[in-house]
Amino acid sequence: MNLFRTIGLMLLFLLATLSSSGAGEADLRGIIAKFAAAKGFSEIGAVVHELAAAGDPAVERPLAALADGNLYVRKADSLVFVGKEAGESVQLSDPLSGEASGEAAKDDITKIKVNNTLRRVIRDALGTLTLCAKDPAVRIAAADTMFKTPDAANIGPLDTAIASETVASVKALLEQARAASVLVSDRPEADKLAAIALIGARGDRDAVSLLTSVEAKSTDAVKQAATTAIANINSTLAFWDAGQNIWYGISLGSVLLLAAIGLAITFGVMGVINMAHGEMVMLGAYTTFVVQQVIRTSFPGLFDWSLVIALPLAFLVSALVGLIIERGVIRFLYGRPLETLLATWGVSLILQQAVRSIFGPTNQEVGNPSWMSGSFNVGQLAITWNRLWILVFALAVFGILLYVMKRTPWGLQMRAVTANRRMAASMGIRTPWVDALTFALGSGIAGIAGVALSQIDNVSPNLGRGYIIDSFMVVVFGGVGNLWGTLVGAFSLGIVNKFLEPYAGAVLGKIVVLVLIILFIQKRPRGLFALKGRAVEA
Amino acid sequence: MRGNFSTITKMFSASVVAAGLLISAPAKAADDTIKVGILHSLSGTMAISETTLKDAMLMLIDEQNAKGGLLGKKLEAVVVDPASNWPLFAEKARELISKDKVAAVFGCWTSVSRKSVLPVFSELDNILFYPVQYEGEESERNVFYTGAAPNQQAIPAVDYLMSEDGGSVKRWVLEGTDYVYPRTTNKILEAYLKAKGVAAEDIMVNYTPFGFSDWQTEVSAIKKFGSAGKKTAVVSTVNGDANVPFYKELGNQGIKAEDIPVMAFSVGEEELAGLDTAPLVGHLAAWNYFESIDTPENKKFIADWHKFIKNDKRTTNDPMEAHYIGFNMWVKAVEKAGTTDPDKVIDAMIGVSVPNLTGGYSTMMPNHHITKPVLIGEIQADGQFETVSRTPGLVMGDEWSDYLPDSKDLISDWRAPLSCGNFNVATGKCGGKGTN
Repeated sequence: MNLFRTIGLMLLFLLATLSSSGAGEADLRGIIAKFAAAKGFSEIGAVVHELAAAGDPAVERPLAALADGNLYVRKADSLVFVGKEAGESVQLSDPLSGEASGEAAKDDITKIKVNNTLRRVIRDALGTLTLCAKDPAVRIAAADTMFKTPDAANIGPLDTAIASETVASVKALLEQARAASVLVSDRPEADKLAAIALIGARGDRDAVSLLTSVEAKSTDAVKQAATTAIANINSTLAFWDAGQNIWYGISLGSVLLLAAIGLAITFGVMGVINMAHGEMVMLGAYTTFVVQQVIRTSFPGLFDWSLVIALPLAFLVSALVGLIIERGVIRFLYGRPLETLLATWGVSLILQQAVRSIFGPTNQEVGNPSWMSGSFNVGQLAITWNRLWILVFALAVFGILLYVMKRTPWGLQMRAVTANRRMAASMGIRTPWVDALTFALGSGIAGIAGVALSQIDNVSPNLGRGYIIDSFMVVVFGGVGNLWGTLVGAFSLGIVNKFLEPYAGAVLGKIVVLVLIILFIQKRPRGLFALKGRAVEA
Repeated sequence: MRGNFSTITKMFSASVVAAGLLISAPAKAADDTIKVGILHSLSGTMAISETTLKDAMLMLIDEQNAKGGLLGKKLEAVVVDPASNWPLFAEKARELISKDKVAAVFGCWTSVSRKSVLPVFSELDNILFYPVQYEGEESERNVFYTGAAPNQQAIPAVDYLMSEDGGSVKRWVLEGTDYVYPRTTNKILEAYLKAKGVAAEDIMVNYTPFGFSDWQTEVSAIKKFGSAGKKTAVVSTVNGDANVPFYKELGNQGIKAEDIPVMAFSVGEEELAGLDTAPLVGHLAAWNYFESIDTPENKKFIADWHKFIKNDKRTTNDPMEAHYIGFNMWVKAVEKAGTTDPDKVIDAMIGVSVPNLTGGYSTMMPNHHITKPVLIGEIQADGQFETVSRTPGLVMGDEWSDYLPDSKDLISDWRAPLSCGNFNVATGKCGGKGTN
């Protein structure tokens, strides 16, 4: 008796809570169930539209899951679930409430397929629904979507959202999105002119894109206003483009610096033409890969630290290989540059093939830690985090190396041996060991460069090949034997390259840079900053 | 360190053993085996792609032997390494044919390596099976092209992008690596797009060097080009190594597939294996085969491959399927001709039809190209492709593009009495020249 009463009470309570949205939920479930029967992208798209038109924020879950390819139909009963892959099976949950609904084998469910057009439809639909979300980032994303896909029907929801918006920056974005929608509506001309002014103030590529399409469609005053606004934006963008080229140049320069800085030691200071330098970089990159593999399987929580852990290991691995190469091959060949060149070339082939035999010939995946992914904007300049960190890292390595060379006893010995080997030997410096350790240092630096380059390039046995020519170019251009020369050389080559690229294209740009360097070397054979030492005497 | 040394010694001893095998091979090679040459780079730049094909061939030959061989004889693979060195391809091809007396050769990847071996194959009259999508404008008597011609990949891909499903693209970026395949393909595509009414200012063509790794300027140029108020797409013929940095830069600069999709012709499962594909979901590729294709033939092929290579993570890809088709066609043609004599097998090849891995049959046409379905796939977060479009029927490979002025009148038919790879229907003469 008691039990019945409790159940009865519960039912009443449920009815009371559901009365506001309950009918809606049943409707939504009805619409979601249609996914099971929808064939082809256009039918799925129709269901998405229907769901979005319901205007209930609850549809966010199934729609977001659909966009991510996580919406499934169970073959047995044609019920629709949100699924999360867990190994061989998929964990199912209710599309509206998110309640767990057990597991299913992959063969027992079918994924509802989406393509780009559908993803766009879903994104637009979600945009309208998430305008009043709690998280400002979601609201920003919604405003952004609505700006890119203006629709006269959006004005109403945007007005309500603007009225209740408290964060100023989000409000500005919402107003821009509203202005975009006004432009495609049949509002009076005065409204449209105000909208163009608002969008013109935004001043980015998306604004140009929108205004260009408005310009093509409208007439008279609106068209004229759009044309002037585009011209204004383009002139400011031209200024930012120059800034962007400089940033790209600096970023390319930092990559060149990283690749070349180890060579500045082995070739620059010691005068060894080390063709295996690129392979030291490659070994560093593979060390990163191995470290990440271990972290992935054993300590997934440490993934963001993987690069920090890989740095000392990469240095050690490459330095040890360098030491062995020096002791095993190069020390017998000092003063015979041609033979050194051939021998180190051979070593580079052996190292490449060894890596190929151990890890296989295909690319290995080295992931970006979260702090190296994505980008941020400075004005109209998009700066990607990985490039910024590589620049910081390259400068740090340079600073440390400069300190070692100039301020430590070991650096002093190194420089002494470079300047005058016999005098240094008579002073009691063990020159063979200084040679070996210098070579190991140069190789180790190349190894840590590999850690950084694994973030932007392929990790394959051929990784080093791509950098060896550029590295020699930087060192020769900057002045053999001078670290500052390498720094200036790397950045100036990077910037010149990136200024040429938009006009001449990547292929021609590279050729022009090469020709310029050849001409420069004709004029100043010792590079930008010449230094006296063994390299010069040889 | 010891690890490194031991691998080096292992390598040395392995190469010594390999050399020993090569020396001893001719001695025991009597008439009891049929030799099949495998001409794929196992070292150098192209090893990344070609090593897999060598392994796939070894697997196919193993399987054929398990089935009892061919004409009552065992098949024997002869593997050589042309080391990504184009002239060496010709030398090694000559060695395979003259010294090892192989019955057919499966090999090459880049167009330049194929061009370098062509004279050898016609001089010594042997057969080459070429498994990679290429730029067309060629049809040789001694070569069977099992990869896609431009009309089996590039043109349907562009058609898809122009369709409503593909996003009704109006503005095009043709981005490629600077060598013959991208240049010819882009020439064909440009002519095709213009024929479809795309204005010249809505097409941007850009080339980058091999192994290019700093894509910042190019990607921001694409972004800029895409902000003209029209739906924009990138058609990428960027090759091999340069793809990973290209896609990483796209992801970092926030170019999403919904806004500017990238349709690639040289990016397969193998290339994606070195990438975190989560930011790339929705970017496209056009191939004749995807590992994700759900057919019993494909499932068996993948299971066999994993067993053969002893690694469950290794992917399969389109050129592997091409070798699968080509090898089975060759086996069938040899059985039909009753001999491995290249002359007779070449004639027997035409019209041979074998199952492909996508649930249909591929047939060798008189122009030495095959029929294939064309699939458009979207990259998924797990590094696989999801097929979003598929041609309703099989597409026949068209060697001479209809969209290039030089080659539109040329046809190829290697059956008697025409027996010509470049017959000009306008002048009625054999010996036309295409573009490139």
